[in-house]
Amino acid sequence: MAEMTVRVLYFARLRDVLRTSEEELALPEGATLADLVALLIARGGDWAAEFGGARVFRAAINQDMARLADVLPANAEVALFPPVTGG
Amino acid sequence: MDVTIRVQEADFSLADEYALLAGRPEVGAVVAFVGLVRDVPGRLAGMTLEHYPGMTEKQLGKIVAQAGERWPLSAVTVIHRVGELKLSDQIVLLLTASAHRDAAYAASQFIMDWLKNDAPFWKKETTGEGAAWVEAKDSDAKALARWQQGQ
Repeated sequence: MAEMTVRVLYFARLRDVLRTSEEELALPEGATLADLVALLIARGGDWAAEFGGARVFRAAINQDMARLADVLPANAEVALFPPVTGG
Repeated sequence: MDVTIRVQEADFSLADEYALLAGRPEVGAVVAFVGLVRDVPGRLAGMTLEHYPGMTEKQLGKIVAQAGERWPLSAVTVIHRVGELKLSDQIVLLLTASAHRDAAYAASQFIMDWLKNDAPFWKKETTGEGAAWVEAKDSDAKALARWQQGQ
């Protein structure tokens, strides 16, 4: 299956813990947000703790709130972040 | 509905923003909400507000548009600050203007409730004990439920 690239952004506490603000990941075409998260969990350590445990995180695809089942468009901008605390 | 949305480091003037809405002939009610930096146990030394540039404005626009579909609003102003803030600084201004108060009150609560859940801002508080990201007040279960609803 052909591959596509997505850009992944991390914000706030997640960026601090993972020591990553941005990266590019290659995924099969048609991959979902859940597939991307599974890739991150497979890294183990803090990645598994943040995305594979009890901690709540939220995600956006192309700057709209997203769900795990959502399919990632090619060249998508995916953002992963803690629940928001503005206002 | 006229919509003004700004994300900025600079402070804002409630009086100036109010004056922009209050002079319209069709406006009979303006509800103003101002969120402020409050103290925390351990004494707040400062706060940093981070956001997701681009998505922030997009989300705020969607929330305000939803309010505009539910209530007859003449104008809405949302100004949210980011960057370094100190105790009692203004964080957010929301003005909702309508012909009558009911719509202005209801839309104000609606927009703030959604902003609190869906606008990508994060607060980091610094006290004498160091700096820490503020945890969302929603219980994890509630956050998850909203997530599952795709909101």
